[in-house]
Amino acid sequence: MSFGRGAATTFQQDIANSDAILIMGSDMAECHPVAFRWVAKAKERGGKLIHVDPRFTRTSALANLYAPIRAGSDIVFLGGLISWVIQNVLENPSFPNYDFYRQFVTTYTNAPTIVGDQFRDTEDLEGLFSGYDPQKRSYDNATWQYDRTVIRGTDPRAADSERSGQQGGPQQYGFDAGMAADTSKGFDPLVRALVPPRETRDESLQNPRCVFQILKRHYARYTPEVVEKATGCPRDVFLQVARTFAENSGPERTGSMAYAVAWTQHTTGVQMIRAAGILQQLLGNIGRPGGGILALRGHATIQGSTDNPTLYHSITGYMSQPTVLKRHETLKEYLATEVQPTAYWANQPKFMVSYLKAMYGDTATRENDFGYAWHPRIVGDHSHIPMMVAMADGKVQGMFAIGQNPAVGGQNAGLQRRALARLNWLVVRDYFEHETASFWKDSPEVRSGQLKTADIQTEVFFLPAAHPAEGEGTFTNTQRLIQFKEKAADPPDDARTDLWFTYQLGKRLKELYANSTAPRDQGIRNLTWDYEPTAEEVAPWRIKDDPSSVKILKEINGYRVADRVPLAGFGEAKDDGSTVCGNWIYSGVYPQEGRNLAANRNPDGYVSLGWGFAWPANRRIMYNRASARPDGQPWSDRKRYVWWDGQRWTGYDVPDFAVTKAPTTPAKDDGIGLDWQSGTDPFIMKADGRAWMFAPTGLVDGPLPTHYEAAESPVHNLLYPKQDSSPAYKYFARDDNPLAPIADARFPYVLTTYRLTEHYLSGVMSRWLPWLAELQPELFIEISVELAREKGIANLDRVRVSSPRASIEAKALVTGRLRPFSIDDGQGTMRTVHQVGLPWHWGYKGLSTGSVVNDLTSLVMDPNVSMHEGKALVCNLERIG
Amino acid sequence: MSSLFPGLPPLEPRAAQLQPTPPTLPNQPAPVTKEPTPGAVTGTGPSSQPLPPQPQVGTAPVPGQPVPFTGTGTPASPVTFKRGEPVGFFTDATLCIGCKACEVACKEWNQLPAELGKDGQTLPMSGQSYDNTLHLSGTTYRHVAFVENFDLSDPNRVGGQWSMMSDVCKHCVQAGCLEVCPTGAIMRTEFDTVYIQQDICNGCRYCVTACPFGVIEMTEQGVAGKCTFCYDRLQSGLTPACAQACPTASISFGPIDQIQQRADARLASLHQEGRTKAQLYGRDPSMLGGLNAFFLIEDSPEKYGLPVAPQLPSRNNLPSGLLGLAAAVLTGLASMLAFRKHRVETVAAEGEEGGAAHAS
Repeated sequence: MSFGRGAATTFQQDIANSDAILIMGSDMAECHPVAFRWVAKAKERGGKLIHVDPRFTRTSALANLYAPIRAGSDIVFLGGLISWVIQNVLENPSFPNYDFYRQFVTTYTNAPTIVGDQFRDTEDLEGLFSGYDPQKRSYDNATWQYDRTVIRGTDPRAADSERSGQQGGPQQYGFDAGMAADTSKGFDPLVRALVPPRETRDESLQNPRCVFQILKRHYARYTPEVVEKATGCPRDVFLQVARTFAENSGPERTGSMAYAVAWTQHTTGVQMIRAAGILQQLLGNIGRPGGGILALRGHATIQGSTDNPTLYHSITGYMSQPTVLKRHETLKEYLATEVQPTAYWANQPKFMVSYLKAMYGDTATRENDFGYAWHPRIVGDHSHIPMMVAMADGKVQGMFAIGQNPAVGGQNAGLQRRALARLNWLVVRDYFEHETASFWKDSPEVRSGQLKTADIQTEVFFLPAAHPAEGEGTFTNTQRLIQFKEKAADPPDDARTDLWFTYQLGKRLKELYANSTAPRDQGIRNLTWDYEPTAEEVAPWRIKDDPSSVKILKEINGYRVADRVPLAGFGEAKDDGSTVCGNWIYSGVYPQEGRNLAANRNPDGYVSLGWGFAWPANRRIMYNRASARPDGQPWSDRKRYVWWDGQRWTGYDVPDFAVTKAPTTPAKDDGIGLDWQSGTDPFIMKADGRAWMFAPTGLVDGPLPTHYEAAESPVHNLLYPKQDSSPAYKYFARDDNPLAPIADARFPYVLTTYRLTEHYLSGVMSRWLPWLAELQPELFIEISVELAREKGIANLDRVRVSSPRASIEAKALVTGRLRPFSIDDGQGTMRTVHQVGLPWHWGYKGLSTGSVVNDLTSLVMDPNVSMHEGKALVCNLERIG
Repeated sequence: MSSLFPGLPPLEPRAAQLQPTPPTLPNQPAPVTKEPTPGAVTGTGPSSQPLPPQPQVGTAPVPGQPVPFTGTGTPASPVTFKRGEPVGFFTDATLCIGCKACEVACKEWNQLPAELGKDGQTLPMSGQSYDNTLHLSGTTYRHVAFVENFDLSDPNRVGGQWSMMSDVCKHCVQAGCLEVCPTGAIMRTEFDTVYIQQDICNGCRYCVTACPFGVIEMTEQGVAGKCTFCYDRLQSGLTPACAQACPTASISFGPIDQIQQRADARLASLHQEGRTKAQLYGRDPSMLGGLNAFFLIEDSPEKYGLPVAPQLPSRNNLPSGLLGLAAAVLTGLASMLAFRKHRVETVAAEGEEGGAAHAS
C-alpha cells in the first residue's frame, strides 16, 4: 500500500549491508533463525540491532538495544518515531545530511501532494477521519482523495472549483468514460479514458493541505512522553531507538526494518505496517541496499500462496477477484473498475486477458469476453474466520483441510471445532492424524460431553500427504524468490503430493461436469487442465500419474498461443488473446523451452541474480530506482546499487524502472502507464509514481496510521479518548464469541501469543517428531516474577488462564524476561499493567500434548485483510497447583 | 555414476543439475551438456555478472575406495581442511540465538534417540529457561545452555541479558578420557579430535569420571558416548552436522589455527565495541594444552556450566607418584631385611647341615 507491491521490498541477504536493523512485530531469531543469519552478519560488521517487543526474546538477546512495549501499542511507538524524525530530521537543517532527507521525501514520496479540502483528520474529529459511517462501521474514502485541478496553478486553492472526476461534476475520466471507450480492437482506449487530471503539489512542503503538513499535525501528539505513558517504554530508551535508527540513515548509511505476524495479527495490523512504510520514506531507506522493509513470511512458500493465491479476494499476481459487490459484470466493467491507468498497472488488461486464456484456453475468445462470465465471483468476505462462522451456523457442507489444522490454529478454536462437527464431510490431508482429523473423538468438547461422537454426522476422510521432498515443484519464500525443488524420493504407500491431489481432483470434477449444460458449470467444463507428465518425467518413479510441474510452471510463465513459445517476460503479454499467462508477476521464470530459471543455482555472494528467479523480472530489491539520486547518480559510493550510465539504468540488480528512460524524462499528461510518470518517479506501481505516506485509496480504516487500542485492552485510548478501539474492525458478535469491554477488571492482564523455534505452527510438523518435541515438551505460560509473586505462582505451577471465550491450563515459566509496565489507563492515572505470553503450538494429539491456546482468542479482524488479533488480548490467571 | 550408498540405485543424471554450472551471460542460451528434452528441467540461466568459482561439495565416501585427502566442507559452509592437521570448533556465544538446530542436526546425523518417557510421550519441562536438554550425555552431543541474567529488583531490567551457548565435547589436546581409557577405545584421530570407538569400549566408566567437563556418559547399551566430531563426515571432507546447521555461524568449524584467528579477531572487535566482559575459553594451551572446541563467552564460565580451571586426572600423578616412591623404598628396605633374615637363616641351616660353602 505504501510502495506498490504487497511483498518484502528486499531480500534477507541484503540485511547484512544494513547499518541499523529495527525488528518490531517479529521475533526474528526465534521464528526465522535462518534469515537471522544475515542480521548476525550485519552485527559482525558493526551494524546496530534494535528490537522492539513486548517480551525479551531470543531476538532481544542479540540486540544492541531492546525496547519493551505493551502488546498492541505499536502505532504509538511508530507514530512517536515518525513525529521525532519530522521534528529532528526533516525540519532540522542542522541534522547531518538534512538535504538528502528533504530531497528524498520531496521527490520520491507523496509528501508534497495536496489533499482535497474536504478531508478531515483524526485531529479534527477526535479519533475519526472524515467519511465515517457509524452504522456501517466503515468509511467512504471520497474525501481522502488528492486535490486534482484541471489546470495546474501555482496556488492550488485557486483551482479548487475546477476539481472534477470522482468528486462530482461531469465525469471527464473514470468508470463511465472507460465504459464509453471503444474496446473492439484493444483496451488501450479504455485505459486512456480512465486517466485523471494530474494532482497538485507543493514542492516546498508548506501548503497546509499537503501530505507532509497533514502528517506532521497528525503525529504531533505522539510525543516521547505519550509514548512512555501508552507503551510503557521508558522515554530515554525510546529516544535512543529514534536516534540510533535516524543516525544510521542518510546517503552513506541505511537502516532496514523487519516485521512478521506480530504486526499483522492486530485489528490495526495493516496500519502498523503502513507506519513502518512512512518511517522508511521519511528516512530515505527504501529501494536502497541495506534498507527496505522485510515482511517475514511464516511458512515455506507462503509468499507463493499469495502470489498464486489461495486468498479469496485476489486472483493471480494481485489482481482483484471478480466480485458481485463492485461493477464487475463484464470484463470491460471489471477493467474499468480495476485498472490503474497512470502506473505500470495500465497493462492490467494484458495480464487479465492472458490469465483468462490460461484458465479457459481456446474457448476464451474476444467474442465471449475471454470467458470472463465463467469465472467465479465472490459475494462477500470468504476468508477463514467468516467461513468458519458460516460453518458453525450450518451453512457449509464440506471442507478440505490441506496443510492446515484449524482445531488448534484457528481463533476461538473451540468454536471452530464445534463448527467442524456441523459439516457433512471433511477431507484432511496431512502427515499425521492431527487434532482437526480427530476432533470427533478426541477434542475437549467430546471429552467434556459437550459434543457426542455418536451425534456428529461429519464424515472425515483422512488422506496421507507426501513430504515436499517427495514431489517436484517450487517454493516462493519471503524475498519473492522462486526456487525449484527436485523430487528426492517417491512418497511411501498411498501418500501423494498436494499437486497430485489437486490435479486428480480437478480431473474427476471435470469428468463429473462434462455433460452439464448449467451456465454455472461452464467454467469448470472449459477449464484447461492438461498437465499430464511426459514418460521421461515419471520414468524414474513408482508413481506414474504425478502431473508435470514444468508444464504448470510454463503456463504460469505464459506462452504464445500460436506456437506455444514461452514468454520471455510479462512485457510480452497481449490483451488480444494471443498470449497465455497464468500469473503475470512470475512471467520470465521459464523464458525458453527447457529453461527453468527457478532451478538456477549460481550464487555470487551478494545479489545472486543467478540463484532462482525473483518476481518481478528477477528484481531482488524493489523500487531500486530510489537507490540513485533524482539525476540518476548513486546517493553515495558506499550505497551504490542501480544507477543511470548515460544510456541506460544499470547496476547490481535488475533495474525496477524502464531501462532506457532517462532521469530527465518529463511526465506526459496525455500518456498512459509509465509514460504518465517522469524519469524521477521510482514507484512505478503507484498511480503517481511515488511512495505513499498518505494513502488516499486502498485502505478501509484510514489514510494514515492511527493508534487504537486492541479490541480487548486493559486501558482506554490515551491518544483519542473518544475512540478506544479501531472504528472499523470486523467482529462477529455471537454468544460463543464474547469480547471483554475495554478495561474489564475481570480480565486485567495483557495476553500475547507467539511461536517457538522448536515447534512449527499448530505442531503437526514438530509435536510428532521426537527430536523436536523433546526440546519444548510442554505448554507453558511466561509470567514476570512480579506478577508471579502477586498471584502466588511458583515456577512450574499449574495455572488456569481464562479469557471471555474459554479457560485453559498451562505450566508457569516465571522469568525476568517479562516485566510489568507502568501505563496511563487512558484517563490520566498511571497503573501497573502485567503481561503474559503463551506459545500456541499444543493440542491433544502427538508426542507432546497440551491445551489449545487459541481457545482463548476471539473472532475479531483487521478490516482490510480479515486477519485476526492473536497478539493482543486480555486474560485472567489463577494458580491451580 | 556409481552408487554413493550401498543398496541404493545409482543417482539419476537429473541430479547433475544440482552441480554448480558455469556462469552464462545475459540473453545467451544456456550451455547444455546434453540435448534438452521437452519438459526437462535445466538449472542454468542468465546472470548479469561473472560469478566467482563455487565451492565444491566434498566427495562422499565410496566403499572400497580411498577417502579424499582434502575436505571442503559443504556449500553452506565451505572450508578447506586436511587430513593430518588439527581441526576444531569455535563456538561464539555472542552470536548464538538458542535455536538448537545444532542439537537436532547432531541427533539426526548420528541417529541418537530423543529422551522420551516410558509411554513414548515427552518428559515434563525443566522450568529452567528454554533449556530442556540440561546437559550433555551419551546420546546428546550438543547442548544449548540458556542463562537468564536480569536484575529482578528493577522493573525495567536495565542491562538484562539472556545468553545462550552451544556446549560440546572439548576435544582436549590433553584429554583426560583418553589418558585413562584402559582398552584403547578412546583414540586421537588424524584430525586431532578425540573419538570413542564404541565397539571396543568395555564399559569401565573411567572416562566418565576422568572428564573434567562432565561430557561423557554411558549409553543404554553400556558403552561410553560423546561427540564424535562427526568423524565420519570429516573423513568424507564434510563440515560436522552442528556447524553446518548453525544459522548464525555461532559454531565455526575449520583448521584450528584459522578458527583461532577468527576468534581473536572477533574478541578484538567486541572489546572495541566496549563489550569488555567477552573472553575466550579454552583457546590457549594453558587449558589442557588447548581445547580443540573452544568458546567465546560474555560472562564467567560457571554461568554456562564450564569449570574455571579444568584438571586432568593425571594431575594426581606427581603426589601419588612420590607416595608410591616412598612406599617402594620402604617395601624395598623391608624386603631387603626380610631377604637378609631369610638368607641368614638359610646360611645357618646350611651350616648346620655342614654342606659345601656357598659362593655368596
